[in-house]
Amino acid sequence: MTNGIGRAAGALLTYCFLGLMAFLSVFPFIWMVFGATNSSIDIIKGRVLPGAALSTNVNTFFTQVNAPLVFWNSAKIAILSTVLTLAVSSLAGYGFEIFRSRHRERLYRALLLTLMIPFAALMIPLFIMMGKAGLINTHIAVVLPTIGSAFVVFYFRQCTKAFPSELRDAAKVDGLKEWQIFLFIYVPVMRSTYAAAFIIVFMTAWNNYLWPLIVLQSNETKTITLVISSLASAYYPDYGVVMVGTVLATLPTLAVFFFMQRQFVQGMLGSVK
Amino acid sequence: MVHARRGSIGRYYDINGWLFVAPVLGLIGLFMIYPIVWSLWMSFQSGRGMMMKFAGFANIVRLWNDPVFIKALTNTMTYFVVQVPIMILLALILASILNNPRLVGRGLFRTAIFLPCVTSLVAYSVLFKGMFAPDGVVNSTLQAIGIISTPIPWLTNPFWAKVLVIIAITWRWTGYNMIFYLAALQNIDRSIYEVARIDGVPAWARFTHITIPLLKPVILFTTVISTIGTVQLFDEVYNLTEGRGGPSNATLTLSLYIYNLTFRFMPNFGYAATVSYVIVVLVALLAFFQFFAARERDK
Repeated sequence: MTNGIGRAAGALLTYCFLGLMAFLSVFPFIWMVFGATNSSIDIIKGRVLPGAALSTNVNTFFTQVNAPLVFWNSAKIAILSTVLTLAVSSLAGYGFEIFRSRHRERLYRALLLTLMIPFAALMIPLFIMMGKAGLINTHIAVVLPTIGSAFVVFYFRQCTKAFPSELRDAAKVDGLKEWQIFLFIYVPVMRSTYAAAFIIVFMTAWNNYLWPLIVLQSNETKTITLVISSLASAYYPDYGVVMVGTVLATLPTLAVFFFMQRQFVQGMLGSVK
Repeated sequence: MVHARRGSIGRYYDINGWLFVAPVLGLIGLFMIYPIVWSLWMSFQSGRGMMMKFAGFANIVRLWNDPVFIKALTNTMTYFVVQVPIMILLALILASILNNPRLVGRGLFRTAIFLPCVTSLVAYSVLFKGMFAPDGVVNSTLQAIGIISTPIPWLTNPFWAKVLVIIAITWRWTGYNMIFYLAALQNIDRSIYEVARIDGVPAWARFTHITIPLLKPVILFTTVISTIGTVQLFDEVYNLTEGRGGPSNATLTLSLYIYNLTFRFMPNFGYAATVSYVIVVLVALLAFFQFFAARERDK
């Protein structure tokens, strides 16, 4: 009897804890959406109710910010860098599995070691390199250093271990070349791996801040994260306008996440096996 | 399997392997290896802007006598020592609760707790700056509940500014780590838990004696990843405290200091490169200790 009560109390406690954690996780989003409808003064005063200033905020945002251009810049960088990263890293992830050289594991370990190189140690040489190549203020300069990612290679190699070798053997018997096996069998079979990687890489690229902050100096090339940051660091920031910006900046990644959530969970499950 | 087979087939695989990994190796060589070596070379040089000349260990000597650097280093280490354990433990607890298939609404909880990972570091920093304003929603809530009587100066007090940074990164990254643990827990045979439950092992003991030992490789992985992330902290501090590094440098991190040295103060690439190498050494040392500690406990 007491055991039953104890278990019920434990369950109640568990749900209270989970509820609190879920609330704390979601609250900033609620606050952000409400914030977009309130005036700057109400937001600073901590008002957490829908207000009447949405249209004013949206109008101010679109007059202060060339929104289509800024979104186009962000989208261009995020999509370009995601597609290239996925292409190059999945090639390597597959390559490391079919690689028969005795250098393979040594090379792979060296590759993983680069995970430990902090970006701060790269930014000055990279900045000078981009300057010499005349790429400052271009989106190519933002994308280039992000394509070679040891983390994504690691992820693809882990998942490749689940790729059935019978498929490869059968394809080889049918006379397919290695690149054909990769393109026509590996890529379609591993699509949930690609989906999960897509989400992670896209979000990272869309939300990237420090490197674009250094490279993109003119207003015409700036991304949405840079714009929000500068709106919020004004001497008297208009918080209503900032909230509209954060909502708009978060929507694409939120949409990608919800749209691909199932593949994401599947892909993640494959990754840590 | 590791050794190349002699003859034509071995060579065929060799060439294909090289071709498949070459693009990534090339990119990493050009945009990581080459710059990191260059950066090392730069750290022995001194001068303003592009006018650099060899300076030996002058930059390293300067580190010791630079109070701002010491401050940035101490802050960075504080974030690491306080934040990483809190976040890892919280993520582990959440994952082990959410792994229970009998839990009602676990998909919903999982999504909610993962949601912060979707936001950009900049966007949530800006949100947190507003939420933790003097009359902001956090202070007014805490006052309404009666936990505090006067508002906490989150953004202007050196101590509370640090606390705010820690709260912010914990909010953003706990769900991310939780997903790794959930994924690993899915691969553990659930009957182990069932047997332990039937044997009357309490939940906390199941957590410390089953979950933590079984997840050790993943815990090591996430700890190393979190260490790398925390030691490089930039976006949050820059945007929460308006790029200055907080009240009297209270939230300044090494990355932010490097940024300031390079792009805000009179550019000094040599000294900035030296500070950046402190991060390289720090990450290498911390990762090494973590691998070492994990191996020791295995014995």
